[in-house]
Parts: sequence; C-alpha cells; structure tokens
Amino acid sequence: MNPVLHTRELSVGYQHKIVVSGLTFHANAGEILTLIGPNGAGKSTVLKTIAAQLPPISGTIALCGDSLVGLSPHEVATRISLLLTGKPAAERMTCFDVAATGRYPYTGRFGLLSSKDREIVHDALCMVEAESLADTDFRCISDGQRQIVMLARAIAQQPRILLLDEPTSYLDISHKLRILTRLRTLAKERQIAVIQSLHELDLAQKFSDSVLCIHAQRAERCGTPEEIFSGDYISTLYGISTGKYDPLYGTAEASPVTGKPRIFVIGGNGSGIPVYRKLHRAGIPFAAGILHENDVDCPAAHALGAKVITERAFEPISDATYQEAETCLRQCEAVYCSLPAFGTGNARLAVLRDFAEKTHLLIQDLQTWLRSEMESTCNTHSSLTDH
Amino acid sequence: MKKHITRTILCFAALTVMAVILFSISLTSGSSSLRAIDAFRILTGNQQNDAAQRIIFDIRMPRALSAMLLGGALSVSGFLLQSFFRNPIAGPFVLGISSGAKLCVAWIMIASLQHGFVLHSAAMIAAAFCGALICMLTILLFAGKVQNMSQLIISGVMIGYICSALTDFAVTFADDANIVNLHNWSRGSFAGADWMDVRDMAVLVLAGLAGAIWMSKPISAYQLGETYAANMGVRIRAFRLALILLSSLLSACVTAFAGPVSFVGIAVPHLVKSMLRTAKPLLVIPAAFLGGGVFCMGCDLLARTLFTPQELSVSTVTAVFGAPVVIWVMLRRERERSAS
Repeated sequence: MNPVLHTRELSVGYQHKIVVSGLTFHANAGEILTLIGPNGAGKSTVLKTIAAQLPPISGTIALCGDSLVGLSPHEVATRISLLLTGKPAAERMTCFDVAATGRYPYTGRFGLLSSKDREIVHDALCMVEAESLADTDFRCISDGQRQIVMLARAIAQQPRILLLDEPTSYLDISHKLRILTRLRTLAKERQIAVIQSLHELDLAQKFSDSVLCIHAQRAERCGTPEEIFSGDYISTLYGISTGKYDPLYGTAEASPVTGKPRIFVIGGNGSGIPVYRKLHRAGIPFAAGILHENDVDCPAAHALGAKVITERAFEPISDATYQEAETCLRQCEAVYCSLPAFGTGNARLAVLRDFAEKTHLLIQDLQTWLRSEMESTCNTHSSLTDH
Repeated sequence: MKKHITRTILCFAALTVMAVILFSISLTSGSSSLRAIDAFRILTGNQQNDAAQRIIFDIRMPRALSAMLLGGALSVSGFLLQSFFRNPIAGPFVLGISSGAKLCVAWIMIASLQHGFVLHSAAMIAAAFCGALICMLTILLFAGKVQNMSQLIISGVMIGYICSALTDFAVTFADDANIVNLHNWSRGSFAGADWMDVRDMAVLVLAGLAGAIWMSKPISAYQLGETYAANMGVRIRAFRLALILLSSLLSACVTAFAGPVSFVGIAVPHLVKSMLRTAKPLLVIPAAFLGGGVFCMGCDLLARTLFTPQELSVSTVTAVFGAPVVIWVMLRRERERSAS
C-alpha cells in the first residue's frame, strides 16, 4: 500500500523544547491511525506539526511524496484538513456556511462559491447526515451536531489526510459512535488517510487500523490494535497504579477492596457483576467463585474481588477447587448466590449453595444484609467517638 | 438563498437612500439663516448668492462628505478589530487606538504651532498613524498575556485614559490662541474640513476600504479561529499584520481629521450584521462603510442643528446612540451563552 504520509525520525515541540521525538510512522490511504497516550504526552503537538502549523524540530515529514516543509500553505490546505475539539465561535453563520469554509482553498479571491462548490458542500453534509441542519444557525445546535458539521467542513475540503484532535471529547456515546463510524466510511470510500488522537481506549481499539502510542517523549510503540491492546502494556503506557485496564474488553476497573473476604458470592454468566459492583461500592471485601476462566464474570471478579476461585475453562469443577471454595466460604460472614439456576457444567455450585444454606450463611436479600452491615459499622464508629 | 439575496439588496438600497437623504438634509440645514428652499435653489443652480453658495459648497458639503467617509472608516476599522481580536466589543475607541492617535496628533500640533507654522494634513495623518500603531502594539502585547476578553478591553480603556490624560496635559500648556481649536478637535468634530482635506481622506479611506474588501476572504476564514484559518491556507502572520495596518490606518485617518469619535466602530458593524443577518465580510464591510457614513452624517447633523447656534461634539451624539447598542450586544451574547 502507498502511504500518504510518511515521517522519519521526526521530533516535534516548541522552539528548543522537544515534546516528542523518534516518530517514524506512516499513514495509509483508507486507514485510520490513532494516537494514544497519557495527558500531556504530546499527541496534539504531533498533530499540529503534521498539519504544518508547527515546524518540525528535526526529521522529515513527507506528504504524498513531497516534503511538508516545502509546501505552501495553500498546497497544504488542499491536502490536509483539520478537526479540533471544542467549539469554534461562528457568528451569524448557518451550518452550510460553516461547512462551506472547507472550500476556501478552492475558491477565488473573494471566496464566492460556484455551483460545483455548493454541490460538494451539500454532499459533505449528506455524508454526515447533517443536510437537514444546513440552514440552521451554527450556534443553535448541540455540541455533538457541531462536531458533525465541522466534520462535514473537513470533508468539503477534499483532503488526502484528515487530522482530528480528540474528535469525540465532550460528546455523548451515540455521537462518539456516529463520528467514528463516519470516519471509517469516509476513509474507505474516499481513500483518505485519517489520523486522530483519542482518549477512549475502547473506541481506539475498535475503530483503528493502526495505533501509535506516545509516552515519555517518545513514540513508544506502533502497531495494529491487536498488538497494542494486549497484556499489561496499556496499564504501563498510562501508568495505571490505581485500578486495572482490561485490554480484551477495553474496560477500566477501580482497585479491588482488599482484606479478608466477608461475603462469598456464588455467581457466573454475568449474574455476579452487579453484585461485585455493589459490594465494591460499599467497600466490603468479597470472595467470588467458582467461576470458569472463560466466564464473563471473571474479569470483573478479578478486578474488584479480594479473592477469586476459578476453574479451568471447559472443565467440570474439580474436587480440589470445590474444597478450596468451601474452605473460603466457611470463613465468610455471609454467602450470596446470584445464580437463579445451575447447569451440568457448574452443578457443584448447587452443592456449595446448599452447604451455605445448611450452615445458615446463605442470605436471600443482599440489600438488607448490606444495610445492616452499614448500620453496624456506623454504630461502631459512633460508639467509638462516644467514648 | 433567494431570501438572503433579496435581503442584501434591500439593505444596501436602504442604506444608500438614507445616505442620499441625510446628505441632502446636511446641505440644506444648519445654523446659518439660509432657508432650506433657498439652499435647494442654489444647489440646482436656480439662484445666485455668493455667501450662501460658499456656505453650501465650501463648508457644508465637505463637512457632510467627511462625516460620511470618516464614519465609514471608523466602522470598517471597528469590524476589522472585532475580527482580529475575536471580540464583539472591540473598536478603535474602546481599545485606546483613537486616543493614542489623538495624543500623537495633539503633541505634534502644539509643537508646530509653537514654532509658528501650520501642519500639513499628511503630517497629521502620519502622526496619528504612528500613535495608533503604538497603541495597537501595546494592546497586542496585552493580548498575548491575557486570555480573558474583558481584560483586554479593560486594558484598552486604560490605555485610552492614559493617552487622554497626556493629551489634556499638552492642551493645558498650549498657547491660548490654539486652545480653542485644539480643544474642539480633541473632543471630536467633523467641522472645519475643506476640499483638500476631503480629497486626502477620500484617497486614504477608500484605499483602506478596498484593502478591507480585498481581505474579506481571509477574514471570513479567521472567523472560525486561527487554527482553522491556517488550515485553510491563510498565511496567518501576513494576515494579522495586514489587518493591524489597515485598521490602524483607518482609525488614524479619522483621528487626524476629526479627533476621536466614540462607539461608531462597535455599534455600526453590529447593526449592519443584524440587518443583513450574516457576518460574511464581503457583504458586511461595504455595508458597514455605508452604515457608518449614514450614522455619522446623522449624528453630525444632530450635533450641529439640535441646539443651534451651540454645537455639540459629535462624540456626544454618537455615544448616545452607540452605547446602548454595545449594551444590547453584550446582553445578547450573555443570553446565547446561557442558552447553549
């Protein structure tokens, strides 16, 4: 594939302060390249440099084979368009007017639109499904719609490369998905190279063809989302010390409540997750089990629980695992079962449940148990202060 | 689309008609006992009267024309500054640029009068231009430091006060004979323009207007913000420099000939934008020029006819009509902010 943009040993920054160095990457037509990295890592500086708004400190940027530094602002404008986060102030402009500013590099001295220009702007608005907004005042639409119209503006500029600096910030989830889906279609249909920075790792993972990680003033890694989002790399990249990031699901979890488990949760098949969260919020250390390693409850249990008892995937629960669970359960103050029924794979959980019932540890109503727990802790606190 | 075109044509037609009407009234009314009907006859060439002819052709006509030209210059300059600072209440008067020009002109006037020669208007314009540029650069220095737009305006107003104080200082120590003249000028007035002045200002102001229209495309790009403008291919440094020079030239020209005139630069562009229902510079700049001319001719007419034979300073009248517009603009912005 022919890369539209190619950088070699690029260093970016301001005057003599280098923000990021060692950037060697390329962006292909029809693909989405996403920049990720912690706050202040320099993603925006990289984008600004590629947009020719900041001179590179060293290294080269080649744009469709030409050196970016040698291009005139007009030539850059016909090849690169920008979408920034935040609200541009546009006084008394309709959405059509705003989108039409994308035609700037193509219009004459006074910026009058030809009928072909109007058609291109209209097409761009249609592409993002914003044609109904054309005559609406740009200040009277929501943040999400504004970002969509700005995307239409960028499309109307007919670039080879589309640069987006956190295009999804401040948007609700539906608009985030809408923008990113449009970007993907756009990249494929018009063979545009999309380069964006994103904070939403889950979305970066799902909507990128390649990912560039910027960390500690360096381009630390570059690769496919599958290569980047594996193992503990993301936690290292962002220096996550409190909580956990699950690269498989793209979810972030808070740190577990540690300590001796006070309640044992018999769960599985997703039924455990809301219970884990409730206990985690209440600050009660819990044990979870017996979960198969491929159970959907497993990641959350590992992230939030003080102890998790697991069985290998696709295997029936072994004696050893059962014993371990029973021992753990015995030491807890209560047992809660979130499973309404059991199957052949986890039949032993029914045995565990019955054991808990026999030993009067099983509680039926988690809410009541939690409330009484809360009250007793409050009482202890107040009695302590009374003395 | 069609509605926009009709609206635009109507606006320009209305402004032109108003300009013609106000111009005619300016010629036919005034403090002299000349009756309007006689003035009309002289204009149409049906009556010969040397004194009256001189009043009309050598006093009223240049005055009306200079009000028209300078008013237009002020409001175009205001529009450029508002675009430059991305601030709706920026203007040559509020930012202290007029006062800076005034200061330089006052000092050079006094200096020359003391040495016994009368200044050529070119020297006055040059002095005003220097003063305007110095103030503009000071404001830019502040603009780099303050993020908040109201702080920028406050620093502008303060610079204006300092310059006014220094001007007053100069006026106080000027020769008695010159004070009357200087005092009148420093309060703002279109009186005293002759045909030579009109010719000079026409050349400068129309050049400035042409320059502004020539730059309307990059100005429209700049309305979306500097980064987007740069992405559209605007050479930002050159553009900013051109905008500074143009707006300084226009406001310096006004100050050199008429002294500081307040609020025209803020009020007129906003009124024009509301009339046109668009902020497209290509339309707003010529409309603001016409509108500023109409506004200043009207205000000047009121200033000299309201309490005849006493004449008000033109700033008094422009402030009465202009200041409420500024308040209206701020309230409207506040409403928009709370709405979004």
